[in-house]
Amino acid sequence: MAIMDARPGEITIKEPEVQESVIIRFAGDSGDGIQLTGSLFTHDSAALGHDISTLTDFPAEIRAPVGTRAGVSSFQLNFSSGEIHTPGDRLDVLVALNPAALAVNLNDLPPGGIIILNEDAFNKTGLKKAKYGASDPRDDGTLAGYQVYPIPITSLTLAAVEPLGLGKKHASRCKNMFTVGLIAWIYDRPIDGLLRQVDMLFDKKKRRTTTPEKYEIFTEANRLALRAGYNYADTIEMFISKCRVGKANLPAGTYRRVTGNEATALGFLAASTISGLELLYASYPITPASEILHELSKFRHLGVRTVQAEDEIAAVGMAIGAAYGGKLGLTGTSGPGVALKSEAIGLAVMAELPLVIVNVQRGGPSTGLPTKTEQADLLQAMYGRNGECPVVVIAPQSPADCFGMALEAYRLAIKYMTPVFLLSDGYIANGSEPWRIPDNSELPDISVSFPDDPEEFQPYARNPDTLARPWAIPGTPGLEHCIGGIEKEDIAGKVSYDSANHERMIHLRDEKIQKIANDVPNIELFGPKSGDLLVLGWGGTYGAIRHAVQNAQKHGLSVASAHIRYLNPLPTNLGDILRDFKQVLMPELNSGQLRMLIRAEYLVDAVGLEKISGQPLQTNEVENRIYKMLGFSPAGKPEPTITANNLTSIQEA
Amino acid sequence: MPEQKYSRKDFASDREVRWCPGCGDYAILTQVQKVMPQICDELQLAREKITFVSGIGCSSRFPYYMNTYGFHTIHGRAPAIATGLQVSRPDLQIWVVTGDGDGLSIGTNHLVHCLRRNVDLKILLFNNRIYGLTKGQYSPTSRQGKRTKSSPMGTIEQPINPISVAVASEATFVARTVATDTAHLQEVLLRAAHHRGTAFVEIMQNCNVFNDGAFDSFSTRAVRADRSLYIRHGQPMIFGKNNDRALRMPSGNPEIVDLAKFPKNKLRPYDETSERSSTANVLAHLNEDQFPVPLGVLRCIKKPTYSELLDDQIQTAEKRRGKKDFMTHVHSGEIWTIDG
Ligand SMILES: Cc1ncc(C[n+]2csc(CCOP(=O)(O)OP(=O)(O)O)c2C)c(N)n1
Ligand code: SF4
Ligand SMILES: [Mg+2]
Repeated sequence: MAIMDARPGEITIKEPEVQESVIIRFAGDSGDGIQLTGSLFTHDSAALGHDISTLTDFPAEIRAPVGTRAGVSSFQLNFSSGEIHTPGDRLDVLVALNPAALAVNLNDLPPGGIIILNEDAFNKTGLKKAKYGASDPRDDGTLAGYQVYPIPITSLTLAAVEPLGLGKKHASRCKNMFTVGLIAWIYDRPIDGLLRQVDMLFDKKKRRTTTPEKYEIFTEANRLALRAGYNYADTIEMFISKCRVGKANLPAGTYRRVTGNEATALGFLAASTISGLELLYASYPITPASEILHELSKFRHLGVRTVQAEDEIAAVGMAIGAAYGGKLGLTGTSGPGVALKSEAIGLAVMAELPLVIVNVQRGGPSTGLPTKTEQADLLQAMYGRNGECPVVVIAPQSPADCFGMALEAYRLAIKYMTPVFLLSDGYIANGSEPWRIPDNSELPDISVSFPDDPEEFQPYARNPDTLARPWAIPGTPGLEHCIGGIEKEDIAGKVSYDSANHERMIHLRDEKIQKIANDVPNIELFGPKSGDLLVLGWGGTYGAIRHAVQNAQKHGLSVASAHIRYLNPLPTNLGDILRDFKQVLMPELNSGQLRMLIRAEYLVDAVGLEKISGQPLQTNEVENRIYKMLGFSPAGKPEPTITANNLTSIQEA
Repeated sequence: MPEQKYSRKDFASDREVRWCPGCGDYAILTQVQKVMPQICDELQLAREKITFVSGIGCSSRFPYYMNTYGFHTIHGRAPAIATGLQVSRPDLQIWVVTGDGDGLSIGTNHLVHCLRRNVDLKILLFNNRIYGLTKGQYSPTSRQGKRTKSSPMGTIEQPINPISVAVASEATFVARTVATDTAHLQEVLLRAAHHRGTAFVEIMQNCNVFNDGAFDSFSTRAVRADRSLYIRHGQPMIFGKNNDRALRMPSGNPEIVDLAKFPKNKLRPYDETSERSSTANVLAHLNEDQFPVPLGVLRCIKKPTYSELLDDQIQTAEKRRGKKDFMTHVHSGEIWTIDG
């Protein structure tokens, strides 16, 4: 039997063992405070100097039936003393607060992994709701080969907070803090940092309520639960030994933890500061882009104007209005919203206004999988408009990278007077990692000039270097003119139905975008400059590809990776890079959209690795494909290290 | 009176006006160009602060003919684009020009929300009860039974009434006028220009090519006095060539009374500032064939505008949290330092 009982006395306590990295997933019902738990523990990890990467997963329904598989929410954290790029494929530890959480997540835990169960939830109803039927996974062999720690988390939490006299409902809500305490003990952490965070969390709530006393009690209850979890682990000696993860060797600097959506919002805020132009963000709520609206709405004190528009068309319209007025016009949404914005984006192309559109991609088509990730809107961004309608398309590759790419979006939009698509995705939007706060000197230059000389003013006269037209804004004396969606006469900007002019304007608008290739950084290669295989990706698959290629390189394989952050136009050195590899593999979370573009542009026979399950790309998926393509058998390659192997199993003992 | 800084020709662009000869849009353009110098004068506005934003339709070509800033956008979305412009540039005076199809079919949503937000915009809806630019299909304001290219047997749809839509959307300024009554049109335009918040003006405009004579039954010079009802704040709703009839609404039911029989002093003066919109609503719904058609400012109430409220929040937030810059902001809160 896999389940172990605590048998104090039989075990000798050892010094904490050192591990390079640990991947924990907290899972429970969406009402269990899982996201908060994960977030708290993550921040603590970051503050302790680990490199971190996180992944969240939540149900599409807000109130999915309690205890069911559909209602499971999870938060995964990879914390490490080495450099990491992904939240990790395979778990070391799974915390399951109910049977459904176990059922949904067990597949991601390799044999030998640790399972911490809330035993109280494994009753008849709990098992039934999780569709376990009559058989209990704890003793039907389901958990054979795992290290299972069943702990009555609910009852222990209730007992711990009993002195406060909270009702059962409120008291049992603290069980997530109990698990935080428990995990803190295993990974040999002091709990003061965590306790401080609990205080901070409730301080915020206290300030916003008329009944601060209530939150006083909640703070205390959560503190008690956290301590109880820690002390429980300490006393019961169920976890035979602690382990410790060292500090990561991150570059010196001041850091904060950011999700992709937070970093995106911060990037736009920075763009506003640097350019000296106020930001107007207009958006219609949609998963997984709403957090950008929530974040930017907090920045009123920094002069940010946010409008929750009546629909996505209005939102893009408002952003275009702001851009026309000489401010930063910004809109954000997910795929279905982009579909609605298409016509207006065409207007911004025609009017040549600096508009930024964020698409935090989710599973499609139609409503699709709102809370899952996908990269299937690339061709929509490239071509999803009527007419020849080129725009700049760029994509961040990780949560922290969203900051810099949001800034890039405005640098390019303003310099070239063009709409820019920022293609994020659900995976990086909700994932988090440490972000080193840049110095002022590291931020790009976003200089703005509004023409004010009526002499020789022409609304469609172009800057010879950038081909940008002047950003002539209402309020400027003597520059009164009219722009719009009807084709414009070159230079003069008047309505023109002339066919030769139309053709010239089509080419000019395209040439303007293509020229931007000279103003974006070269693609960097990770690995040899030439060789057998290049793994080429874009967007949120960066971490998995990089990690896989790194592993393959350790086997001496001639493989490199490159990641495209500038999708339209493509960086100028990409063609050369492609030519220097015998094979090209392109993993994407779609049916090969970028691959189609690359094959068309460079006539290379790139091979696809297509995953469209709504789940992020995993390191091992890329790695296996690399080995297959290179005819390499990783036999003899050690199984992925099970980081829990320093915990002596009683079964083995 | 001191001389005005601008004259009418300062507002006429050099572009050739391309509406069909005889189109009601010409009259509107002329009156707008005429009244602009006075508006600039009274509001101390410079011409460069004036911007016309329009959608798509014959009517929406309007900005090209004004020598001001102009943005001819896409079908139905002008109120949204103008909202973004107004919110980021409250220093401008922004006019939206839309049509009955543009504003009440494809763009109804934006119109309604713009009105309820009370964005500081002047919205001119040119209502010709037809789709002009697409050559004559029925519009949402076409009268039931109207035969058009897309309704050869007559439209079976119930028309929508621009005034009742505006009133139902909590518009703070609602007015109606006809393009042919130039004096009244000018008067209403001036009132709209002075209003803070969304000023909604329905301008009945004849499309002589696809819906000729749509408003003749009440707007020609011959019948105007008897068939139109000019609403004026503080005055009873009297009409008729000899001012001999009045509209009253005992318990909300409209009726026409003969002033030879009904004492004038028992008529209630019209109150455009009434918070309750019921009277305006009854007026909007009057059956055009049985009652005179109400024209004038039906509603004008004071409410803070959208950008006033938004800028108030910005100022409050700045006061409460200090006007920080980006760097101070990102260096506060949950941060940590790694030493080199
Ligand atoms: C998205 C879109 N759909 C349809 C059209 C075609 N279209 C142009 S104007 C118009 C109707 C215009 O009617 P109205 O707003 O009443 O303006 P009018 O021409 O009568 O002044 C239509 C359907 C378009 N330009 N764009
Ligand atoms: S079609 Fe009608 S509305 Fe359009 S320009 Fe001609 S007359 Fe005027
Ligand atoms: Mg019309």
